[in-house]
Amino acid sequence: MTGDALAIAWRTVSLAALATLVMLPPGIALAWVLARRQFPGRAVLETVISLPLVMPPVATGLMLIWVFGRRGPVGGPLSQLGIDVMFTWRAVVLAGAVMGLPLLVRATRAGFEQVDRRYEEIAGTLGASPRRVFLTISLPLAKRGVLAGALLGFSRALGEFGATIMVAGALPSTRTIAVAIYSYTETGQQAAATTMLAVSASIAFGALLLSNRLAAGS
Amino acid sequence: MTVSITLDFSLRQGDFALDIQEQVEARVVALFGPSGSGKTTVLESIAGLRSPERGVIRIGNRTLYDADGGVDVPPHERHIGYVPQDLALFPHMNVTRNILYGANAAHDVGSAAALEQVLSLLELWPLLERGVGDLSGGERQRVAIARALTTSPLLLLLDEPLTALDSGLRARILPYLERIRDELATPIVYVSHDEAEIRAMADWVVELELGRATRSGPWQGDS
Repeated sequence: MTGDALAIAWRTVSLAALATLVMLPPGIALAWVLARRQFPGRAVLETVISLPLVMPPVATGLMLIWVFGRRGPVGGPLSQLGIDVMFTWRAVVLAGAVMGLPLLVRATRAGFEQVDRRYEEIAGTLGASPRRVFLTISLPLAKRGVLAGALLGFSRALGEFGATIMVAGALPSTRTIAVAIYSYTETGQQAAATTMLAVSASIAFGALLLSNRLAAGS
Repeated sequence: MTVSITLDFSLRQGDFALDIQEQVEARVVALFGPSGSGKTTVLESIAGLRSPERGVIRIGNRTLYDADGGVDVPPHERHIGYVPQDLALFPHMNVTRNILYGANAAHDVGSAAALEQVLSLLELWPLLERGVGDLSGGERQRVAIARALTTSPLLLLLDEPLTALDSGLRARILPYLERIRDELATPIVYVSHDEAEIRAMADWVVELELGRATRSGPWQGDS
């Protein structure tokens, strides 16, 4: 039982970390575009990114099934390559990344908006290409926003339930803490559910402690 | 070394309109005039940070902007060293990394000797390890000038380099600027509203008022 709980805890944390890594590149790119560029369709893009924040997570999960299922526009080609997404650990990562992305984008975008454009302009006059300006000026100066966003996205992925249970189910091989608490409770395994609750509380406690220290330290 | 500078362009920013037609051959050109006359806008147009609506900007034989010819060189390819009035030292880098920022980006540059010369001219050796937050006003000014010079620019743009400093410090920084003028071959466009400074630095003066040049000619002084 304890070994099981540990395995589930480890799976949850590592897949949430992976989800954070997956959402970082597109999240940072989207945040930068929204903070620094004016273009037609900007408001639509902004809204689409935020949809998972407002929609029921199971609805987001259903859309992911359409897209990444075996007959979906992305899932189809992937499964021909022998890569199945639905009901594997990949689905857990996917659900966490999609649900965490809006939070990551919001905080990161605020980080970029706080960077004085003056530094970016002057770096340009010193011969730095837009790419170098981004890597050496914008991103380092926005790093608190990026870090805060990554922590928020990670936390969201850690606790994700609705979309996850749609795309990954409650299989022993894909079960995360949130899903395990639900299924143990459903099947009357009170002790196991309580153990998972304790594990969940300790992880949350540790993560909050860490994020508060990061916020105070930088 | 003198350079020929063609500034023949217009631009509009809100209510403000700048319209300038100057062809100058000089080593240090001063843009002189009250605040709001468009001095900084001229510098930022040369640096590529503001886009004119028509005209030509040419430094020596390099065309940086030519509306009819479809030329608008992006700022990072202009090789113009710009020291803005707010300096904009990068807060997350120490003095050395600030100064080397442009040297790293320039391809043709930067013999170590040229860098050493700049550091010596501006007496920056003792400051290299400092954070930019620990610098005095005059030190910040020198770091910003060095950062612009280490890109080996075609032209150095200085926007009121002494205005923010008190008079004692001004008297100490001015000789550094004169050294840059005399010992480096880099031509300068110098913005100021202080006649004494212009007398000390410039050999050509363009007077601006409300976005138009009201006078342009060699400095009518005793030099």
